[in-house]
Amino acid sequence: MMHDNAISDPRKEQRIFTLRVILSVFILLGLTSIVLFRYFDLQINRHLDYVTNSNKNRIHIRSVAPTRGLIFDRHGQLLADNRPAFTLNIIPESAENTDQLIARLDSLLSISEKDLARFKKRAKRSKRFQPIPLKYNLTEQERAILAVNSHLLTGTEVSAQLMRFYPQRELLTHTLGYVGRINDREIRMIDPNNYRGTDFIGKIGLEKYYEEILLGEVGTEQVETDARGRVMRVLGKKDPVSGSDLTIHIDSHLQRMALNALKGERGALVAIDVKTGGILSMVSTPSYDPNLFTSGISQKQYDALLNSPDRPLFNRALRGQYPPGSTVKPLFGLIGLQHKIFDMDYSIYDPGYFFMEGIKRPWRDHNSDQGGHGHGVDLAEAIIESCDVFFYTTGIKAGIDLLSEQSALFGLGDITGIDLPGEKRGIMPTREWKKDKRRQNWFDGDTINMSIGQGFMLTTPLQLAVMSARIASRGKAVVPKLLKSIDGEDIEPEFAPNPIQYDDRYWDYIHQAMVDVVHSDKGTARGISKGLSYKLAGKTGTAQVISINEKEKYDSSKIDKNKWDHALFVAFAPADNPQIALGLIVENGEHGSRTAAPIARKVIDSYLSDYPQERRHNNASRLAKYSPTPVEDN
Amino acid sequence: MYKYDFVRQLNTKGGDRRQNVLHIDFTLLLILLILCMTGLFVLYSASEQSMYYVKRQATFMLTGFTGMLIVAQFPVRFWERWAGLFYGSALLALIAVLFFGVEAKGATRWLNLGFARFQPSELAKIAVPMMVSAYLSRRIIPPKFKHVAGALLIVGIPALLIIRQPDLGTSILVFASGFFVLFLAGLRKRYLAGAFLGSLAAVPLLWFYVMRDYQKQRVLTLLSPEDDKFGAGWNIIQSTTAIGSGGLSGKGWTEGTQSQLNFLPESHTDFIIAVLAEEFGLLGVIGLCAIYLLLVGYCMIIAISAQSQFARLMAGSISLTFFIYMFVNMSMVSGLLPVVGVPLPLVSYGGSAIVTLFFGFGILMAISSEPKRIGTWR
Repeated sequence: MMHDNAISDPRKEQRIFTLRVILSVFILLGLTSIVLFRYFDLQINRHLDYVTNSNKNRIHIRSVAPTRGLIFDRHGQLLADNRPAFTLNIIPESAENTDQLIARLDSLLSISEKDLARFKKRAKRSKRFQPIPLKYNLTEQERAILAVNSHLLTGTEVSAQLMRFYPQRELLTHTLGYVGRINDREIRMIDPNNYRGTDFIGKIGLEKYYEEILLGEVGTEQVETDARGRVMRVLGKKDPVSGSDLTIHIDSHLQRMALNALKGERGALVAIDVKTGGILSMVSTPSYDPNLFTSGISQKQYDALLNSPDRPLFNRALRGQYPPGSTVKPLFGLIGLQHKIFDMDYSIYDPGYFFMEGIKRPWRDHNSDQGGHGHGVDLAEAIIESCDVFFYTTGIKAGIDLLSEQSALFGLGDITGIDLPGEKRGIMPTREWKKDKRRQNWFDGDTINMSIGQGFMLTTPLQLAVMSARIASRGKAVVPKLLKSIDGEDIEPEFAPNPIQYDDRYWDYIHQAMVDVVHSDKGTARGISKGLSYKLAGKTGTAQVISINEKEKYDSSKIDKNKWDHALFVAFAPADNPQIALGLIVENGEHGSRTAAPIARKVIDSYLSDYPQERRHNNASRLAKYSPTPVEDN
Repeated sequence: MYKYDFVRQLNTKGGDRRQNVLHIDFTLLLILLILCMTGLFVLYSASEQSMYYVKRQATFMLTGFTGMLIVAQFPVRFWERWAGLFYGSALLALIAVLFFGVEAKGATRWLNLGFARFQPSELAKIAVPMMVSAYLSRRIIPPKFKHVAGALLIVGIPALLIIRQPDLGTSILVFASGFFVLFLAGLRKRYLAGAFLGSLAAVPLLWFYVMRDYQKQRVLTLLSPEDDKFGAGWNIIQSTTAIGSGGLSGKGWTEGTQSQLNFLPESHTDFIIAVLAEEFGLLGVIGLCAIYLLLVGYCMIIAISAQSQFARLMAGSISLTFFIYMFVNMSMVSGLLPVVGVPLPLVSYGGSAIVTLFFGFGILMAISSEPKRIGTWR
């Protein structure tokens, strides 16, 4: 063949080959030793480290969300429930192509931009093989669509969890509040350990106030998972402790009556159990369905609520601050009597105007165009007919300091201590307050304005209800509370630290005057007395929204409705043994007597409908100085 | 001439007549059977105790055994004579892959034959050492420079074609198989030294001009797997965890948490040694190594006792390449070498690798029974 193909030398070939094989054997053994040493190092020297790693891989502590406590009304009606809700999740690692999968899901169920954006945000910071929610609250139909198409949807998963549901919908929204997904701000404020396994937190209302009690304790499970995060078996567990069930004083039936009575108005009503301070009804209208918020409200729906001129999101009962108007007259009268500013015989002449020394501008009575209330106006008449001049006169005698200090005992100008977050204090002005806020001295004119519940004075509907409850109970300083019992264990009623010790005869006098506001022929609320089977004590009020020049006359037909006066009413009943006290306001309702009082009557009627008949008339009527007008009874 | 051939003496001591007829080396057959059984046993656990893979693997093995016995019937001369044709077809098939290859998982390695897919690089694993052996067996030894160059050309062309696919693992194996022939043929020490220095010099060239990004990534991952725990580093972290947590005697068959809970990727293919190490511990690893070394050692004895230079070189190359399979695989799974796709021979699941390996063992059997063939069909 080829010239350099020298004749092979088989012996030499064999010898060289054998030598090379022997060399190879050494190399092989060397390499094998290196490999085995590596395995020895991993398996013997570093064995324990890797055992730890291996256990970390497979053993996980999984949180088990506790069941949130339920909320019931005083009659056991369910107000806040937990219902199973279904969520569509995607496990990106299991899906072949996540974008395609989402496009397919979109064609089946239609995935909103918002859902998609949230999914992408979550996907970025999610661990491997963790299901990431794409769409919440699947309907039964949607679940069926997913089930039928499941063979096309590898990488999706439908999970069930309990979701808060408010079966009474808009009935009690402002009071009950709602839960929603924990946001970035809340995450910094909570102990994340307590919220493992749950996405929800009380946002407002009772749900927020009693968050800790309702939440319960998170449970843990030690589970062995595979690399995809699927649980293979449970190695150990600590069960979660369900949140406590709450019963609140609210009477759903009464609440619905009140809500219906205020329907179409912007207003608020708070009714209190006089004996315990329990809140029987707390309404702010317009209301809305809290369930919108639990599942994540759409921006459009939220904007509609937020931008509505009626401000449905605003809890007027707790946070609405209005001048109380004439509803404070019984209180100021009572303070005057107790502190001997005047006595029960004291009377004035009311020409319809009040002039203060050194000031040209008169203070007008609301009926000044009829020439005032004339001669001999005593406290009872001043309350019954709501005479302003009487209170101008006596108010300036009593002085700001006494009125402020004593009113505070009745719950004005400070938080009442109700078990709800975000309560407003109102304003019960003092000299210091004006100096501090207005950088001005207190003038007598300010006292005159305040003496009929105008001027600087502001109260919340809740405060008005507390005031009437404390008047009704003759100074028992109940603190308003929603919570009646936790897991069936009753909560003791709470009382304010400073008791109100006024003479019985003054209580009698004021109660009788307030009864006559409704029951006498001259009473400003006589319109609601027809057919009353019990004695209803009340006081009307009108709060100015705009100030009217003394020369002008208030004429509603010339003013926008949203500048009309607010109508107020405070009441308690039955007068001889008060059970229920309330305060209410109808924004731009014009007159307490026409708009607000009938609502109070409806609500109290409803509440007392099962009040024992025999106790209605056996009142031994500790009479005040003047004889009460007979009760109109049918 | 045959006084070194104690193996032949061993084999003929029993006067085994079947060997004369069927050219079966029962010792080799027995070691292979033990290895295959061990492999199936581990595979059952590695494939989440599914009989599906075990059955398929057993079928591949049966096919392999059958193929091996068929190949053993051909005299060594046959392979020597047709090595050129064999090599040429392998080369053509590799070139065809460039133009008509089927792509899968980012690599173009397959030819679609209509009824089956065929991987020409597997063919090259046999064809290349065969061609180099045939080429060098006809040259004087130690090989002269131009013969070394010629041999490198024979090895280099298919190796480069395979790198292009890209398939670094197979390329390394093909190159190694050819290089071993050169080595066994007595490649001079200065060339060995040159090859060593040359390969050092080639590292930067490979890095900048040949290696793909993902291949570079694998090297970087080897150096610091923690940098990308859930990405590139995942495999190696999980495999070392599996191995390390196995300890001396392991967690028990089918009890390995890393493999049974799917933390270990590719557990039934390239990373199966980690399953063995986790479930049978260091003792299992040593046991498997012992079987491998027994097999390689026995194959080398066959090589030493072979009748011709071609047979020697071919047998030696097949044995050493088999060892390289095992070495590279065990090293890459335990984090000594970058992850290149080299399976654990006869244990990792996979049909084409098994068939190729048995093809090689078939040739070894033919070589082993060559003395009996003298005067019969040669």
